[in-house]
Amino acid sequence: MLNYIIRRLVSLIPVIIGVSIIAFSLMHLVPGDPARSILGEKATETQLEMLREELNLNDPYIVQYGNFMGKIATGDLGDSIKSKESVASEIGSRLPATIELTLFAMTIAVVIGVLAGVIAAVKQYSWFDNLSMSGALFGVSMPIFWLGLMMIWLFSVELNWLPPSGRLSNDIELTKITNLYLVDSILTLNGTAFVDAFRHLLMPGLALATIPMAIIARMTRSSMLEVMKQDYIRTANAKGLAGRLVIFQHALKNASLPVLTVIGLQFGFLLGGAVLTETIFSWPGVGRYVVDAILSRDYPVVQSTILIIAIIFVLVNLITDILYTLFDPRIKLD
Amino acid sequence: MKKKALWMLLTVFTLMVLVVAGCSNNDEANSEGEDSNSQDTTDSESAEEGSGGSSTFVFGRGADSEQLDPSKVTDGESIYVTNQIYDTLVRYEQEGTEVVPALATEWETSDDGLEWTFQLRDDVTFHDGTDFTAEDVVFNFERWTEGAEYVYYGYMFGASEENPGGIIEKVEATGDYEVTFTLSEPNAPFLNTLAMPPFGIASPDAIEEHGEDYFKNPVGTGPFIFEEWKQDDSITLSKNEDYFGETAKVDTVIFRVIPDNGARFMELQSGSIDAMNGMNPQDIQQAEDDEALQIIRRPSMNVSYMAMNTDKEGPLKDKKVRQAINLAIDKEKLLSLFEGIGKPAKNPMPPSLWGYNDNVEDYGYDVEEAKSLLAEAGYGDGMSITLYTMSNPRPYLPQPKFAAQAIQEMLKEVNIEVEIVENEWDSHLSATENGDHDMAFLGWTGDNGDPDNFLYVLLDKDNAKKGSAGNIAFYKNDELHDILKQAQTELDQEKRVGLYEEAQEIIHEDAPWFPIAHTTPPLAVKKEVQNYIPHPTGSEPFNYLELN
Repeated sequence: MLNYIIRRLVSLIPVIIGVSIIAFSLMHLVPGDPARSILGEKATETQLEMLREELNLNDPYIVQYGNFMGKIATGDLGDSIKSKESVASEIGSRLPATIELTLFAMTIAVVIGVLAGVIAAVKQYSWFDNLSMSGALFGVSMPIFWLGLMMIWLFSVELNWLPPSGRLSNDIELTKITNLYLVDSILTLNGTAFVDAFRHLLMPGLALATIPMAIIARMTRSSMLEVMKQDYIRTANAKGLAGRLVIFQHALKNASLPVLTVIGLQFGFLLGGAVLTETIFSWPGVGRYVVDAILSRDYPVVQSTILIIAIIFVLVNLITDILYTLFDPRIKLD
Repeated sequence: MKKKALWMLLTVFTLMVLVVAGCSNNDEANSEGEDSNSQDTTDSESAEEGSGGSSTFVFGRGADSEQLDPSKVTDGESIYVTNQIYDTLVRYEQEGTEVVPALATEWETSDDGLEWTFQLRDDVTFHDGTDFTAEDVVFNFERWTEGAEYVYYGYMFGASEENPGGIIEKVEATGDYEVTFTLSEPNAPFLNTLAMPPFGIASPDAIEEHGEDYFKNPVGTGPFIFEEWKQDDSITLSKNEDYFGETAKVDTVIFRVIPDNGARFMELQSGSIDAMNGMNPQDIQQAEDDEALQIIRRPSMNVSYMAMNTDKEGPLKDKKVRQAINLAIDKEKLLSLFEGIGKPAKNPMPPSLWGYNDNVEDYGYDVEEAKSLLAEAGYGDGMSITLYTMSNPRPYLPQPKFAAQAIQEMLKEVNIEVEIVENEWDSHLSATENGDHDMAFLGWTGDNGDPDNFLYVLLDKDNAKKGSAGNIAFYKNDELHDILKQAQTELDQEKRVGLYEEAQEIIHEDAPWFPIAHTTPPLAVKKEVQNYIPHPTGSEPFNYLELN
């Protein structure tokens, strides 16, 4: 298996090169001028030209790409054109926000999604099945910006239960270690901050969880239904094993491979930036960061962030593959 | 097998953590770490809890500031904040663009208009504790000539690579508290220009100390002191107790980024912010009906227009065609797209500016007249032209695409086929500056409150150079040019008014534009907030406002 992992990690290199070429070309193909977006509509042509020169935007594309990849090779993600800060540190302060939100949302989605799927499959065509599956259909088709606004309206404006946006109230002090606020507040034994961070996380987490939850529930149900028809389930039932044991030990485990695939994919998507959720709930994460960078033509930021996200995506998939072997010993990765 | 797999999982997970951790180096530590030393925590805490007696003013807006060094930025969101932190030599009066003393108490001009001497206050200290003197003014002005990144300096004073100072030949400290500017040519708008927020005087010590990072650690003399900046989230300022002017009534000001207009409005309703800009038009009525809220309309210092390219071969070269287009568009109807935040424009500059010529009579809507003008010009059988529009809303034009479609429909009536070319903002700017268009939407928000800043910038032949045109109608009229040039050097205010009124008549007659509207962007503010007086320039210092 070690070989396999090494092979997969090595295969990251062509992925990185491919992704970087695509990101680079797309950014440079789209019309728009970073100098203009920095200096604004009132800058004179001389000023623009001076800045372009300073930012090496006048070099041939191939040279610009070479410079960019040369830096990447040494682990330097470059500096943002706009803020002049290192992209690494800018992503570093935003990625934890996105990761925290994603992990939270995925936990909700997996727990509720899998449970609902299993129950729906076991009690096929029951009221629960019908209800949860139409709920899932509803969830998949829900526009997240609408759902988000409705949640803010209900829970913040009308009921005043939850804070409408942000990660932490302004008056709460929290020592940052990992920048995952829930984790930090546990590490520093800061109860107030934990509650506050949790309250801030709840709405965006739920909103973000809706779609994956629905997909996972549907996938679990159909996969479970298939497995439940297998002979070994009938055997297990016939030899008098407890129903719960049959469902969770025998059936769910075997039904979980496709579910796992879906979870891995969804997880990757969410990490790539839940742009809408981050926008609605003013969550200072990577998604908004990249979108802003794209709009202002901040080439280094867009290119490097896309690379990082691509790498994380590949790693998540790798984890999913390893998990397969846990659930199904017949699968050999080597 | 299971164990091994678990092991591997752990390894990969660690790897992932490393990737993430590799990104987060110590840089963010200093932006996050500073919040421990914020003063006034007790005040802000009580403010967050209670609704009354609050001393924290939270302003919600759609985007974060780019930099907190006003000399380098052009975005309104940066200026909004720096306006609280810095002072300029002179400033605009609270509601208009007339100039009043600030860091300078009085000033005089030599007879030839080339030398300006300012007497400075001797009781001002920067937020870092250093004293403010004439040398600091000199330092700032010299710094602004150092490169292209000082956008407004270059743009307002005409600096270039060969002549980095522009029209300012030299700036000298002629006393501890006296500074003298020598200009290469008389410049009537000079004083108005000095009042612009980008020319806020920064502490030289702080600039040297922070170097490249100065924009994150701004130090000025203004009514509020910079405390903390959480990027994409919030900027916190605290009151400057030693301010030489009106001391602020609130202890803390927080600028919060809430990107979605609807979500921001809900935050205002739920009470977590005190004021906001950038409202969805459909929320305005709701805010007006809300007992707890008030709508404050910012007097406009902007104009939106459709420029007609007079330089390109084709029908628009003919004045009659341009006049016909002015007659063929129903401005009233077009303005319904502004959802109550637009007033029709008939001149290129807004009525809130001195020198506005109210005697100019707008063309009005008259299809028959338009048809006969077109027939006279030889286009009675029809013609087809392009209309370039930006895809995203601008402060002076909320629905560019619908406006373009409306004009397309209206011009069909007079046999003009309009092809709409929609571009994203950057591309729209470069296309129109290059003169690719026949007709194009654009607008302008004033900088220094001087008519020169509208008429010369947008319609003089000096600014009709392809590739960098401010005058995207490429309208060249020598008579107008002479008037505008004369007005630039004329120091007698009344004569200037006369010159600009004349200029507006010429422009009206030649019709290089179809002027659309001046907008009054609404701010929604809690009723508890008193004395929020919006300034035409687009932002205002918060030292006058009070919370009940």
